Amino acid sequence: MSYRIGIDVGGTNTDAVVLDGREVLAATKTPTTEDVTIGILAALTDVLRDVDTADVSSVFIGTTHFINAIAQARGLEQVAVVRLATPPQSMLPMLDWPDHLKPVVGDRFYVCAGGAQFDGRSLGELDEVGLRAIAKQIAESGVRHIALSSVFSTVNPEPELAAERLLLDELPDVTVTRSGLVGRVGLLERENATILNAALLGLAGRVIDGLEQVVAQAGIHAPVLLSQNDGTVMTLDRARSFPIFTIASGPTNSMRGAALLTGIDDAVVVDVGGTTTDVGLLQNGFPRESTVAMSLAGVRSNFRIPDVLSMALGGGTLVSADGGTVGPESVGYRITSQARLFGGDTLTFSDVAVAAGAAPMGDPGRVADLDPTAVRRALEVAADRVAQAVEKAKLQASATPVIVVGGGAPLLAVAPGLTDLVIPEQAGVANAVGAAFAEAGGEVDRVYNLLGSSRAEALAEAKAEAIARAVEAGADLGQVRVVDADDVPLTHLGGGSAVHIRVKAAGPFPTSNSETPERN
Amino acid sequence: MRIIDEEALNDITTGSTVLGSGGGGDPYVGMLLARDAIRRFGPVQLVDVDEVPDTANMVFIAGIGAPGVLIEKLPRAAEYERVLGQLERFTGTTYDYVCPAEAGGLNAVTPFATAAARGLPVVDADGMGRAFPHLEMVTPTLYGGSATPFVMVDEHGNTMFLESTSNAWSEEYARAAVLASGANAAMALYPMTGAEAKQRLVRGALTLAQDLGRTIREARAAHTSPVDAVLEQQGGVLLFTGKVEEVERRNERGWTIGQAHLSGLDGDRDHTMTIHFQNENLAAERDGAMVATSPDLIMALELDTGTPIPAEEIRYGYRVAVLGLPADPHWRTAAGIELAGPRRFGYEHDYRPVEEFAG
Repeated sequence: MSYRIGIDVGGTNTDAVVLDGREVLAATKTPTTEDVTIGILAALTDVLRDVDTADVSSVFIGTTHFINAIAQARGLEQVAVVRLATPPQSMLPMLDWPDHLKPVVGDRFYVCAGGAQFDGRSLGELDEVGLRAIAKQIAESGVRHIALSSVFSTVNPEPELAAERLLLDELPDVTVTRSGLVGRVGLLERENATILNAALLGLAGRVIDGLEQVVAQAGIHAPVLLSQNDGTVMTLDRARSFPIFTIASGPTNSMRGAALLTGIDDAVVVDVGGTTTDVGLLQNGFPRESTVAMSLAGVRSNFRIPDVLSMALGGGTLVSADGGTVGPESVGYRITSQARLFGGDTLTFSDVAVAAGAAPMGDPGRVADLDPTAVRRALEVAADRVAQAVEKAKLQASATPVIVVGGGAPLLAVAPGLTDLVIPEQAGVANAVGAAFAEAGGEVDRVYNLLGSSRAEALAEAKAEAIARAVEAGADLGQVRVVDADDVPLTHLGGGSAVHIRVKAAGPFPTSNSETPERN
Repeated sequence: MRIIDEEALNDITTGSTVLGSGGGGDPYVGMLLARDAIRRFGPVQLVDVDEVPDTANMVFIAGIGAPGVLIEKLPRAAEYERVLGQLERFTGTTYDYVCPAEAGGLNAVTPFATAAARGLPVVDADGMGRAFPHLEMVTPTLYGGSATPFVMVDEHGNTMFLESTSNAWSEEYARAAVLASGANAAMALYPMTGAEAKQRLVRGALTLAQDLGRTIREARAAHTSPVDAVLEQQGGVLLFTGKVEEVERRNERGWTIGQAHLSGLDGDRDHTMTIHFQNENLAAERDGAMVATSPDLIMALELDTGTPIPAEEIRYGYRVAVLGLPADPHWRTAAGIELAGPRRFGYEHDYRPVEEFAG
């Protein structure tokens, strides 16, 4: 027996499923707790009631924790941004960031001589004296996380590496995130992603410690993997250093789950959570990816993430007494104590939806006295925003099915003007189902010397190796494929010709009930 | 005369990416540069060529370098604020108007940085109606206009003043100098009078960029095809619908040079296309046969959103519509084809207007 467990830790609810192949054996939804591990343990305990933990082959966890932290500017830590560039540039880091994030992450920018030219040559000797002075200022500021970028570090990582060594030597207690490990060519976008990653590290450490402990506590000894933005998984150790790569896994998982639960491969997916609603387009069973530099909570970044519009609307979203204002604040995981339905005194979107006849939760009697006009107005405001987002997600004016998933899916059933919604039976745990179907990935990121071989041969070799690594990581040999390939020529490296190749391959883990191979 | 605000700047930015034909540099970076200048110094006036007095002096402001370099070694405001003053210092002439050399990409908006800093108007015109990789490939060259006196400033504090005997020589020297700087510098070039501008320039080039940007924005909002909307507005041809399978790209002599190989989707299934680029997309082969060449515009737009994809960003997995758009009539003359036609870039192929290509 080999069961897969999928867990999704949302801002409001923690969902878990046990899957045998594609069959949902058990599913549960529990409130996300302030210490997320308590909610996870509750969910695991619930779904494992009739399952022997020895039969669990792997645990897949998806978490929206980190994107919520960015969207709400909570739990982020201050970051010192060090950029190696000669001379100092006028376009400073965080130039185009939204105002609410800047003060949270801080505006400590240090530009230091260094970096590389396009062909890998030095742009200027690394200013070690200057960098030590910067390290001193960072030490005095008390900031513990450094985002380090360098001009053309994707071509020549050496200046970034040297600066990292120096900074860690001076500041042994700080973390350094190197931009070359996070993003692609394009300094501003790569730097943005690096800063976000650095701001998340403290939170990531705490969250991942908790995940490890709680899975062990539930008696599971199977590998634990975290979902990444592109629908593949990574180990918890890697996630400690690169939480940014999990940042958009929530939408990916819920959209994959929506496809798996409905059998519909092309649709708009609306994922209603406790704090946010994500709207994205499903194409061939996978989320449509953003193919241009993409905004992450208003921050332009350049790695592969699904093209999803996120709105501050969910079950815990605050509603004003007259119903005219819905959000953006949310009670989040405190819904079970603060919402009117649960005995609190905060009016939430769940309260008005249940008052209008949505699937009952809590004590519907507590919202029976709500002003019907205010209830209707709030639902209209919410429905209008969802309808606009669905329109925006669609690529054509033609009719496209709309699948609603997420814990708040039933709330939308009573919203006026939203018709032809497909709400699958297990809508509430689509995220966890999708997480459990995350794929195994393999990556190659290396400089190839082209002495005696061609670029095409090097690329073919890299592709074959990435595929082999994905298979090694568990991908089904018959379904593995290259999902991303990129190469940057280094014309002046060592007098010869060389090329920096980055290839990613991915494929689904084989399902245990292997009748016919599934397309996705 | 009209005032260019941030929204207009955004539309010009999108449209100039289309006119960039894959090159011209990342307009986002140019937009940030121009927006920053407008925020610091105030809004900029855009004037029609006809509003420029015949005796007024004007000059092109442009960046030079490889697009693949500019997204890493970001252009600096300081050079765009400095470059015109340096030309004035060398020539002893005062310039009253600035103008983009190309309405494609970064260079469509960089003159706004100079204009804002100096309080000068920008002329709604350019020397290409698109983007080209060589600085002599501008319409003033067709009318005997000289690229020099010319000034180039780099971020390392170097200034180069040039007088040359031909615009092709200007390109050679500028290219050598920009390589020395690390493939990124600012220039003021092609000084001309208002009277000369009226004869030599592609009129309304920035308005064209703005219209293209608005067309794409509005088509997206209406959920109609931005690709169709662009074709309808510009009278172009859909050359291919496909997925990018492979890209070969290298930085050579300060240019981004390479090919993108596409496999067909929808009606183009079982067919292939190769796009050749040198900063800009210069030629497109369908199943090995040339179907579009410079000076006509060849542009890859993301199939669903119409987002134009620069040659330095195109990579595996993009689903694109490849469009051929007719070049400005200046370019379709014998002199224009000689200066910027396929043979000029080493393709053994006669120019044929892109709209003659039928499916």
